[in-house]
Amino acid sequence: MTDNKATSRNTPWREQLRKTISNKERTVITRVHMHELAPDIRNKNNEEVNMGLTLDEALLEAKRCLDCPNPTCTSGCPVNIDIPSFIKNIERNAILEAAAVLKQTSALPAVCGRVCPQEKQCEASCIYTQKLGKAAVAIGYLERFAADYERKSGKASIPECAPLNGIKIAVVGSGPAGLSFAGDMAKRGYKVTVFEALHEIGGVLKYGIPEFRLPNDIIDAEIENIKQMGVEIITNCIVGKTITYDELKKQGYKGLFVGSGAGLPRFMNIPGENLIGVMSSNEYLTRINLMGASRNGDTPVLSGENVAIIGGGNTAMDAVRTAKRLGAKHAMIVYRRSEQEMPARIEEIKHAKEEGVEFLTLHNPIEYMGDEQGRVKTMRLQKMALGEPDASGRRSPVEIPGAIETITVDTVIVSIGVSPNPLVPSSIPGLTVSKWGTLVVSDDLQTSIPAIYAGGDIVRGGATVILAMGDGRKAAAAMDQYLMSNC
Amino acid sequence: MNKILKKAFFSSNVVYFEVEAPLIAQARKAGHFVLVKVGTNGERIPLTIAASDTTKGSISLVVQRVGVSSAKLCALNEGDYITDLVGPLGKATHIEKYGTVLCAGGGVGVAPLLPIVEAMKKAGNKVITILAARSKELVILEEQMEANSDEVIIMTDDGTYGKKGIITAGIEEVLLRERVDMCVTVGPAVMMKYVALLTKQYNVPTMASLNTIMVDGTGMCGACRVTVGGKTKFVCVDGPEFDAHQVDFDEMQMRLGSYKEIEQKAMNQYLTSTTSN
Repeated sequence: MTDNKATSRNTPWREQLRKTISNKERTVITRVHMHELAPDIRNKNNEEVNMGLTLDEALLEAKRCLDCPNPTCTSGCPVNIDIPSFIKNIERNAILEAAAVLKQTSALPAVCGRVCPQEKQCEASCIYTQKLGKAAVAIGYLERFAADYERKSGKASIPECAPLNGIKIAVVGSGPAGLSFAGDMAKRGYKVTVFEALHEIGGVLKYGIPEFRLPNDIIDAEIENIKQMGVEIITNCIVGKTITYDELKKQGYKGLFVGSGAGLPRFMNIPGENLIGVMSSNEYLTRINLMGASRNGDTPVLSGENVAIIGGGNTAMDAVRTAKRLGAKHAMIVYRRSEQEMPARIEEIKHAKEEGVEFLTLHNPIEYMGDEQGRVKTMRLQKMALGEPDASGRRSPVEIPGAIETITVDTVIVSIGVSPNPLVPSSIPGLTVSKWGTLVVSDDLQTSIPAIYAGGDIVRGGATVILAMGDGRKAAAAMDQYLMSNC
Repeated sequence: MNKILKKAFFSSNVVYFEVEAPLIAQARKAGHFVLVKVGTNGERIPLTIAASDTTKGSISLVVQRVGVSSAKLCALNEGDYITDLVGPLGKATHIEKYGTVLCAGGGVGVAPLLPIVEAMKKAGNKVITILAARSKELVILEEQMEANSDEVIIMTDDGTYGKKGIITAGIEEVLLRERVDMCVTVGPAVMMKYVALLTKQYNVPTMASLNTIMVDGTGMCGACRVTVGGKTKFVCVDGPEFDAHQVDFDEMQMRLGSYKEIEQKAMNQYLTSTTSN
């Protein structure tokens, strides 16, 4: 499955391709610009903001890649996509082959092309960024282009799977970690069943990330590909609750991968936080993204004119841009540090600003006040200044004594991070859990129960889609090895 | 899966369902709940399991028709399927031999109380059950409670059945009469609040099973949060049962009203659309 001979750097077509233009000519091409829906249109609908590249744009951008002898970009990718190989396939206009290269290592390329923080990963390791002081090759855009092209072509290839080896494997959770693990195990010949607690497949991709960033039909198409590889997905089933681990073992499952995600929202424990209209970003986004609140769903959602989102991460940006789309007059980010320290991707911050989101940086909520019915009406904010760098390396926020202001709000969305979901760890006796609630695993992602591996947010506590996918791949390789020597 | 095997009306607005769910029937314990969703665009609503039959592979649910989502569920008939059903969720009731256990249920809260009464009886307790309702036709599961309790006291607000009066009157009568080692209460938030205030006076440890608004029911959203002993807890994963003397029932009651207006509007629309069809 890692046989890349057909696409190795030494294949004649690639040698030929390198000679068609000089490196100098390649490096003078400017990086492609992603087309976006106009801000004043997109902030009123749920359409995808980034519109993708045209074929011509992709062909030209692919030319920028120098097909380095020792590509550094690949090492920046948590799932080790053979980046030069897929880009060179685009350059020679073999887009379906480019997509096939992506699928060798990534179960969800159209998703990754949209939500990966490429600027911190592959593109940060690109020779353009590293040595040439220029904008990196738009690896993310090209990945998305190849995956979208393949999907639209209706000629999606199914990655080659080894013949079934007769070993059954169970997966907890159909989010990025679980799907990536499932795909890799299917390729290795295992019979994989994924158990999903919710009624929809996709985990955080469905309940968390809004459609204007990641449309559901794109996730569904990638899930369909994984199903085509023989992976079975059972919804509405919680391992440890609906069916026990012992029962799974009795049914012949030899290994279990836990990718149950983070999901337990954190609150600040300040007065008034349980008032009506104060909720977690998980709740807000789940109601809207998963349940269709405000569109066609029976599930209600509270939205108002003055919506404050507490936090500065990607989820906070998703929530605030959603609030704007639901008609908020003032959709605000309230963040205790300055914009520079915000963990959100630069692109998300840029998009939010273009859409009219207001930024109240160096402000921290200390209390919420409500009306007689208990609905939040105002919030008290402590103004902050930046002090010395803290453990995260970012300058820490320090209170300015006495600098407190009160603002009007009718909805507050707390988006200050999540803790691991205790449901699965507490339901499988014998799993070692850290004091933070994460599952304790070895370097190989093996838990305290040898046949159980884990990855993604249940191990990391709250990270990215791609890191979860990387864990899924790594755990698949390790579990395969374990089972081959123990079965 | 999720096929409705039996439907019965306890009253015009309270429906009893027996639903095919073999895995849940096998796994559930007293205190557990499920989440159900009717239709592709339906809402996820929590319902406590009233009973289960492992040979038939079914669970029993009692649903009160209050909003659009429960109305859609109540409109389903035998042979129909519930689109989505997941569980059992929550922590099971802590069952042990306390001595004398007083189980006090009001309205449809009587349904989730039934498995607790059964389990408490099985554990060797003397079980006194108090069922409260506004009037006679709203008294449910009396027979099943009789079969599992040493004594059943019925209280109706209007005196049409059993004794006239609210649930606390019935509880106080028992507390004055004999020693009670544990009280379990399930019902509307206001009812549980007054039950808790009363049993606190008499120093009787009390558990309350809470039914709050939930979305996923698995700890993800935090919609169900309640304050217990000054700390925020999630009913779905930390509960649904808590020390009733520590629960902030006023806050719970307030939060239950979060979507009151939206729900009322949606219900009116739903009623217009179903009657015009």
